[in-house]
Formats: sequence, structure tokens, C-alpha cells
Amino acid sequence: MANVLELSKIRKSFGTELVLNDLSLSVPEHTATVLIGASGSGKSTLLRCINLLESIDDGQIFLDGEEISDPLINVDEVRRKLGMVFQSFNLFPHKTVLENITLAPIKVQGKNQDEATTAALALLKRFDLADKADQYPDRLSGGQQQRVAIIRSLALNPRLLLLDEITSALDPVLVNEVLSIVRDLKSDGMTMVLATHEMGFATQVADEVCFLESGNILERGSAQDVLHAPKNPKTQEFLKRVHQAGRL
Amino acid sequence: MSERMNSAWSPSSREIQRRGERARISRRQAAIAAVSTTVVLGTLLIILVTSPGWEIVKKTFFDINYGREVFPTVIAGLWINLQLTFIGGAAIGVIAMGLALLRTTKSPALTPFRFLATAYVDIFRGAPLILIILLVGFGVPALQLKGISSNVIFLGTVAVVLTYSAYVAEVIRSGILSIHPSQRAAARSLGLTSGQTMRYVVLPQAIRRVVPPLLNDFVSLLKDTGLVSILGVTDAVRAAQINASRTFNYTPYVVAAILFLLITIPMTRYTDRAIRQRTNAQSAEGAI
Repeated sequence: MANVLELSKIRKSFGTELVLNDLSLSVPEHTATVLIGASGSGKSTLLRCINLLESIDDGQIFLDGEEISDPLINVDEVRRKLGMVFQSFNLFPHKTVLENITLAPIKVQGKNQDEATTAALALLKRFDLADKADQYPDRLSGGQQQRVAIIRSLALNPRLLLLDEITSALDPVLVNEVLSIVRDLKSDGMTMVLATHEMGFATQVADEVCFLESGNILERGSAQDVLHAPKNPKTQEFLKRVHQAGRL
Repeated sequence: MSERMNSAWSPSSREIQRRGERARISRRQAAIAAVSTTVVLGTLLIILVTSPGWEIVKKTFFDINYGREVFPTVIAGLWINLQLTFIGGAAIGVIAMGLALLRTTKSPALTPFRFLATAYVDIFRGAPLILIILLVGFGVPALQLKGISSNVIFLGTVAVVLTYSAYVAEVIRSGILSIHPSQRAAARSLGLTSGQTMRYVVLPQAIRRVVPPLLNDFVSLLKDTGLVSILGVTDAVRAAQINASRTFNYTPYVVAAILFLLITIPMTRYTDRAIRQRTNAQSAEGAI
């Protein structure tokens, strides 16, 4: 199985604070890699670096074998292949749900209006949001907004989907409607890297779980190993705290 | 919603009682408002008409017959103000947008223009409008350039456009900067270029946000077009002034003021309503 994403010795700092330190990671096709770790451990920064929203200080990032950490690369073309979903949804408030989804297919991929609309409506229908097509995002619940945000990135048929704590801003009862989409995508064979605090969900979808601490991966392996039989004392400590918070 | 409304429900006796109470409270509030308005306005009116100079003021500022007589010349002048406002306003919009975009771009090729745009805004926002009008109105014809009109209305408009485009550029720029970076991140991560992100995501939101301050500027633009009268343009202010100085009756000023208000007040109300409607359509909170 070819690796869709390959990270090699990534280093990133903000000022004097070292956020990612010599981090390496391989993501094979059709797999889900779950990043866990405390806030500030570098999960979001890692995802933003992969998407080239942040530039790295050292190391290399490869997407389908092509080095995308090359400063000469066309970042817009790279991002076309990557879908990203944010913790805070970031839907465009001045556009309807449908317009949010069709903007990039029309402007970036050059699809015509009808084609993009048909595809968007099919996605909305699949995820039970067809009746919200003409609504503005502010009229939607948080869970609905995040589902629209996921659909928005799916509309570009991304090679790799990056999900940055997509349920952290949601009411607990809304979390599941968002996670069920991700489960569907996983069974469709979508390649994903996701940061999450939902350990139960991580167990269900993860092919590999990586525990991040101080900018590096301290422990990695199957969900069974890392989440239920962690070897590293820091992983054990973290999971104990998560458990106490009732999230496992 | 409607299903629930249609189901068999009739208000309880307590609710009917409450409705009566609410109606009584709102009737009482309306009565208080009416009394207080009558008292305050009545007092002001009494102070005005019983003041020692009222008779003279009435004759020299509120002479209805004279007002009727000067009305055609003042309104002909006002037509100049309106033309200046709309033609100038269009030019201001275009130039200001260009300046704002230049000042927010990071493109290295545009670096010199970014400096120029900053200098432009500094100069024309910092200097009094009346000086710019005098400098352009008397300075440009003195250059005796071929092909540049020395028409005072044209030069006056140019001066107003120079100043206002600097102001409006700053308003638009502040709107652009007020859009949260996460919107830009979302657009860029969908593969939109920085230009597309500006055009389809940032600007539409920014413009919406700055409509109220822009309206403010539009109203003051209409009023400030009166300043071109110093170049000898017979606008509404100048027309009123000519009539007033001929007869020492100041009613033309009042006529001009009323005409300006007849335009600016409805304009403000209309825009307020337009903003409210759009907010309601897009935001659940706007409906409250």
C-alpha cells in the first residue's frame, strides 16, 4: 500500500516555543491516523503544517511521493488535494449551505454551476441535510454546521482529509451525528488524519493511533495497543486524565 | 411549529388575565410617552416663540413667501450637489476599493504601489478638504495643462474625490482586517487562491460590515459637496447665499437645510432597514 502522506523529521516553532520536534509519520492509503494528546501538544499545528497553512522550520512533507514542503510548489494546487475541517466549522456566513459547498468546485475546479450543484445536493442528501441547502449557516445547529463543513471539503474529492478536533466545539448530543459521517467516510476508504479527544470514536476508526507530547509522537500503534494497553507512562497518565473526565 | 399551533389549545384563564395586564401596561406606557413628548416639545416651542427676538427671526429665517420665491434657484443648486455626490461617489468607491486592496495585499510586485497608496491616504486624509479644494481648483488650471478641464465643477469634484477616497479606503480596509483569519484559512484550504479568497470570501463580508460607516461618509459627502461653492460653483449653499445676501433675509439657508435633510434622512432610514433585513436573513440572532 502506497503512503498518501509521509512526514519526515518535521520541526516547527513559534518564536522560542518548539511545537513540533523531529516528528515523522506515514499515512497509507485508505487508513485513518488518529492524533491524540493534551491541548498544546502540537496536533493542530501538525495538521496546519500538512495543509501548508503553516510553514515548517525543518523536515519534509510528501503527498503521494511529491515533496510539498518545497517552497517552489504551488500551494493552491496542493490544497486542492487536501480537505480540511476545523474545530470552529468556519463556514462562510454570507453564503448559503449550497453556496458554501459549490464555491470551490466552481472557482477552483472550474466545474459549471449545474454540475457543482447536482454533486453538492447529492452529498447533502446522503448526509440528511438536503432540506438545509438554501439556509444560511447561522440558522443551523453546530452539528449541522460541522456536517456541512465536512461536505464542503468532500466536494473537492480530496486525496486526504484532515480533521482538526471537529467535535470539540459541539454539544455532547450533537457529537455523534458528526462522527457518524466520519465513520461512513472511513468505510468508503477515505484516507484521513484526525485530531480528536473522543477516545471511543478513535477506537472505532483508527488504523493507527499516535500519542503526541511536546511536539513528538511518544507512542504509536493500533487503537487497541495505545488506548487500552499503553506502554509509555506519559500515555498512561494522559489516558487516565481523559478517563477521569469521562471521555473514554 | 404550525402543527403545534393547530392542536387543541385555548389559553388558560391565567394567561387571559396576563394578556389583560400586559395590554393595560402598554396602554399606560403609551400615555406616559405622549404626555412627556407634548410637555418637552411644547416647552421648547414656547421658549422659542416667546423669546424677545422671535418676531425678527420669524421674518428673516422663516419667511414662507420668500422661501417659495427662492426655492427654484436653491433646488437648481441642489441638483449640482446631487450630481457631484453620485458621480463623485462612484469614483470614490472605485478608487477607495483599489487603495484598500493595495494596502492589504502582500504581493511583492505591488510593493511600490502599496507605499504610494499609504502616502496617498496619509496626505489626503490628513489635509483639510477645503484646502484640497482650493489647491486643486486654483492650482491645476495654473499648470495650463492641455486636455485637463478647468471647469470648476470638474475640479471641485476631483478635490472631493481625492479626500473622500482616502477616508473610504480606510473604512474598507478596516472591514477587510476585521474578518477573522479562520475564514481565510478555510477558503485557502479549499484551494482558493489569495485573490479568490479576497473576492469571494473576505470582501463580501467586509463590505457588509462597513455599510453603516460608509453610509455616514456618503451623507457627509453630500453635505461637503457644498464646499465646492468656494470655487464659484452655484450649488444649493451658494444659491442660498446669493439670495440671502441680496435681501438680508436668511430664509434661503433654511430652505437649503430642509432640502438636504429631505434627502439625507430617508437615505439613512432606507439603509438602516436594508442592513436589518439582510442581518435577519443570515443570522438567527438578528431576528431577536
